[in-house]
Amino acid sequence: MEPNKLLAQLTAEDRALIRIVQHGLPLVSRPYADIAERLSTTEQDVIRRLQKLINNGAIKRYGVVVRHRELGYRANGMVVWNIPDDSVSRLGSCIGKLSCVTLSYRRPRRLPDWPYNLFTMVHGRNRAEVRQKVGEIIESCGLQNIDHTILFSTRRFKQRGASYTPPENTNRPAGTIRLETAAGTDS
Amino acid sequence: MTDITSSFSALEKRLLNDFQHDLPLSATPYADIALQLGVSENEVLNTVRKLQDAGVISRIGPVFTPNRIGVSTLAAMSIPAQELECTARIISAFPEVNHNYERDHEFNLWFVVTASSEEHLEIVLHEIEQHAGYPLMSLPMLEDYFIDLGFKLQWA
Repeated sequence: MEPNKLLAQLTAEDRALIRIVQHGLPLVSRPYADIAERLSTTEQDVIRRLQKLINNGAIKRYGVVVRHRELGYRANGMVVWNIPDDSVSRLGSCIGKLSCVTLSYRRPRRLPDWPYNLFTMVHGRNRAEVRQKVGEIIESCGLQNIDHTILFSTRRFKQRGASYTPPENTNRPAGTIRLETAAGTDS
Repeated sequence: MTDITSSFSALEKRLLNDFQHDLPLSATPYADIALQLGVSENEVLNTVRKLQDAGVISRIGPVFTPNRIGVSTLAAMSIPAQELECTARIISAFPEVNHNYERDHEFNLWFVVTASSEEHLEIVLHEIEQHAGYPLMSLPMLEDYFIDLGFKLQWA
């Protein structure tokens, strides 16, 4: 589905549900019953709506979300590649399948400042491990002739899940949903 | 460096590793996990709570597909070193910004901005530029090639 088409299809009930579950399920025996109570609906309705969001691709993954840094993966390298346009899909898919990678996105170039069009994220216990994994990526996908650079994170100023600003506290458009999407998976 | 992963119990390791995707949508997900792991539901709930308090589990639930139920972009700025911390704080204060990292590059500040619509995103990006006082490079995702099966942990 085209981006934003789904956005338009979401009902007010879907949005209210998303606002709650984006922070994670409650840690109680029947989490969906708990959510249902807050939304004045039924447990079954909550489960059905979530299943729909999984089926239509709005939810990419459903389960335990870990924090890399707290697990000892302290080095996080954003690896950016300058790939000819006609091979970016193929190579991006190749990289996106590797287990050491947690993101593989095509983004626009901004010439002359920014020539890179593929972004991948690689985590390691230290920089050497990240560099070694990048070497493995180059080997696996045949990227020996592709220009790349690794941007290591040096400080984390903000990392948090989604939040929701009550519209009355802001002059921004109402109904703002902020989500921690896969684009912002804890990295 | 101490390896935190070596201090995890067998139950903690399995909770961290085995349920990152395809958690079944049953009414009692924690009881289902407990059944698979041969422990009680309470043990699962208590262990998850402990891992959450320790910060290693962010949450259990959905990870949304980028740009399906909201719009987002990755933004970068090039900021003089002595201004970086102050500017980063200004940017982090925007509720639309959910990740904000310094990276060792000429573009030294990278953050994700999420909004409910393209229009709202444009407004926020403009506001951020105004408040930060530096031009912003916006790099929206054009295609997603990543198959998200969670993060495979390698136990020491």
